[in-house]
Amino acid sequence: MVLVRLFYGVLVVLAVSVLIFAGVQLLPGNAATAILGQSATPDAIRELNLQLGLDKPAASRYLSWLFGVLHGDFGTSFSTREAISGPLFTRLGNTLFLAGCTAAIAVPLALIIGFISVRYHGSVIDAFLNAITRATVALPEFFSGYLLILIFAITLAWAPSNSSISPDMPLAAKLSAISLPCATLVLAILGHMSNMTRAALIAAQSSAYVDTALLKGLSPSRILWRHVLPNAIGPIINVVAINLAYLMVGVVIVENVFVYPGLGQYMVDSISKRDIPVMQDCALLLAGIYILLNLLADVMALVANPRLRHNR
Amino acid sequence: MDRRSFIKSAGALSIAAATHSLWLGNAFAAEAEKPKKGGHLVVGVDNASSTDRLDPAFWFETYMYFVGSQVFNNLVEIDESAGLAPSLAESWSSADGSKTWVLKIRQGVQFHDGRSLGAKDVVYSLNHHRGEKSTSPVKGYLDTVSSLEATGEHEVTIKLTAPDVEFVWLLSAVHFAITAENENFDKGIGTGAFILEKFQPGVTTLTKRNPNYWNSERGHVDSVETLAMNDSTARVAALVSGSAHLINRVNPRIVSRIERMPNLKLVRAKDSMIYTFPGLSNLAPFDNVDGRLALKYAIDRQQIIDTVLGGYGTVANDNPIFPSNRYFAKDIPQRPYDPEKAQFHWKKSGFSGPLTLNVADAGFPGAVDAGQLYQQSAAKAGINLNVVRVPDDAFWNDIWQKKAFVSSNWANRPTADALLSLVFTSQSSWNESAWHVPAFDAMVKAARGEPDEARRKQIYHDIQVMLVDQGSEVIPLYADALDGCSSKIKGFTSVPGMPLSGNRAAEKIWIES
Repeated sequence: MVLVRLFYGVLVVLAVSVLIFAGVQLLPGNAATAILGQSATPDAIRELNLQLGLDKPAASRYLSWLFGVLHGDFGTSFSTREAISGPLFTRLGNTLFLAGCTAAIAVPLALIIGFISVRYHGSVIDAFLNAITRATVALPEFFSGYLLILIFAITLAWAPSNSSISPDMPLAAKLSAISLPCATLVLAILGHMSNMTRAALIAAQSSAYVDTALLKGLSPSRILWRHVLPNAIGPIINVVAINLAYLMVGVVIVENVFVYPGLGQYMVDSISKRDIPVMQDCALLLAGIYILLNLLADVMALVANPRLRHNR
Repeated sequence: MDRRSFIKSAGALSIAAATHSLWLGNAFAAEAEKPKKGGHLVVGVDNASSTDRLDPAFWFETYMYFVGSQVFNNLVEIDESAGLAPSLAESWSSADGSKTWVLKIRQGVQFHDGRSLGAKDVVYSLNHHRGEKSTSPVKGYLDTVSSLEATGEHEVTIKLTAPDVEFVWLLSAVHFAITAENENFDKGIGTGAFILEKFQPGVTTLTKRNPNYWNSERGHVDSVETLAMNDSTARVAALVSGSAHLINRVNPRIVSRIERMPNLKLVRAKDSMIYTFPGLSNLAPFDNVDGRLALKYAIDRQQIIDTVLGGYGTVANDNPIFPSNRYFAKDIPQRPYDPEKAQFHWKKSGFSGPLTLNVADAGFPGAVDAGQLYQQSAAKAGINLNVVRVPDDAFWNDIWQKKAFVSSNWANRPTADALLSLVFTSQSSWNESAWHVPAFDAMVKAARGEPDEARRKQIYHDIQVMLVDQGSEVIPLYADALDGCSSKIKGFTSVPGMPLSGNRAAEKIWIES
């Protein structure tokens, strides 16, 4: 089962790479004119197109890109003429740092909120938590990001409004620098995760074995932990994985709002310069992580729920 | 002379000497306090990219102009009165009817690695932009150079193929930065006030004060951190929250809010850009003078300045020469918004159908709003403008110079000639109004080589009259460059035509505790 899923995952990545390449080809404008900006002269554009190999047919450019990536060669940037892998992995590291810190806060918090909601199902606490998490889901990141800047950077001056970090910074300084983008992302994914956790637990709670457990005289907490949770863990893992995957995409906007040197900012930058190899690499990397996290969710759901392992 | 390669990027260059200095009266120029040493300056600048390089042949945007100017010096620079000031070149003179130029290079100047500056370094650095394969934005400025040699330890002689009275002005372009002979520009070894510590393209740049800086008047702060902040809201948030001392390009829409904050101030550099509406003169209705005049009378210039620029601009008269330029013709009467005259000329032009105006904010920031205002003011004259918003992507490829009527902009240039021969002469590839007038070309060429100042002024006057009355571009305004800084920042002067104090704010300012 796992191997079949893995195989499909590889197929999906390949299909995505074709889509990325085709999509990039369809963009208006051209790398040479975008790199040289308004100062481009016809001679300079012709010269640059030749240097970049843009005169070759698309199929051969696609294959050589794919061949390179499969061999760990991410190509050369059009505009800096330097290997992409260096900045690409530095940026990826920064993005994973931000996403990781977010996940470390958001996942436990979401689960706790979900549990509390279910434990006090229908009470004021449940309604209150529900209202808050729904509200955060409704806010788009660029809005909540600016809102947090307004409150915590400008009015209270507790946190910096920009999150520029560098490799040689101590961890504490890094953590303080990313506090606001991290909070923005937590707000973005928290609601979805906690609501889905709550829904999955409630669904499992309405089963007959819960009634049996109640009749046995077990305490509500014990029922929740021992009987309901194991049966709801599959969907919970799924929603957590989807949100972690979404994190990777959500950072694109957040990184730009907070001037954070991650993969998303690198990608937006390269799009404006029509730096095709960088755009392709970033998109492929983000897509790969997205697919991998979904795959992981499937596998973990299989592990958690024996019934899924057998075709009925 | 092939002038095709002149640059157009925003804020690149400045202008010729001003005979009048309206802005000298402002509070920043009048600051005469004693500079205070020390401190860590944090600046937020836009137009940064992860593809940025320290090599000036690859500087296209504000961020690198500002960072590059911390590390490198130029031969000459534009001062606060729009005049030409010495920097690494102490003096210059011309012979042979301004075909030969001799520059004296300053002595006792050290590069960051200890080497001392000589004529050979200058020759090497200028030659970096020349040559067949150069894609440098300032390649065109050196097209007329026939020879460029070191004629002494500290003397450079430049020979031109055609006389150019204002040649040295062109060397003030930020790209003509000087590094040591045979040195790789990307290492950032200059003579500037700051030594490069860390350069992370598209993220941040850190520089430390150069203890041996030759210009003792400048270089006050200990270190400068220049953050890449492309998002205009992020820049303002950083300024307001105190995480940056200084930012560039304040959005005109929020100018009034910043003005109201006591701990912040705005620095305004006049004559930074012209916003233009070029019409292709070979297509109706621009193929006759009446069509052009109708559209020039039909635009309410002040309304666009007030609405789109928050008032931070000056009314222009369809004249591409900036008021701070020493050849600006002050006596040409300003054309008013006059719907009746517009209607008269529109009828006379014989063109009736709706005219499509293609606008994108790539043309100039706020072009879409300006187009809609133009539509309303033209409608009162019975002119039916159909304003179409087009995407920013590929605007310069697919719309500009291809559609009859569009939005566009030009940054200020070191000389009047630079802009005229870039945008208005027949052979220019950026002739955005298809303005092919042999008499005009002849006048531009004559002015460039005319040694007699009075006659030169007269020729430039005639050129401006021609463009104002007959030209096929509607030029409604001169836009200001707007920077914002903390009120602790002192010594921030305004250089006409250029943002960030002529890109040299880092070495001019100091921080008051």
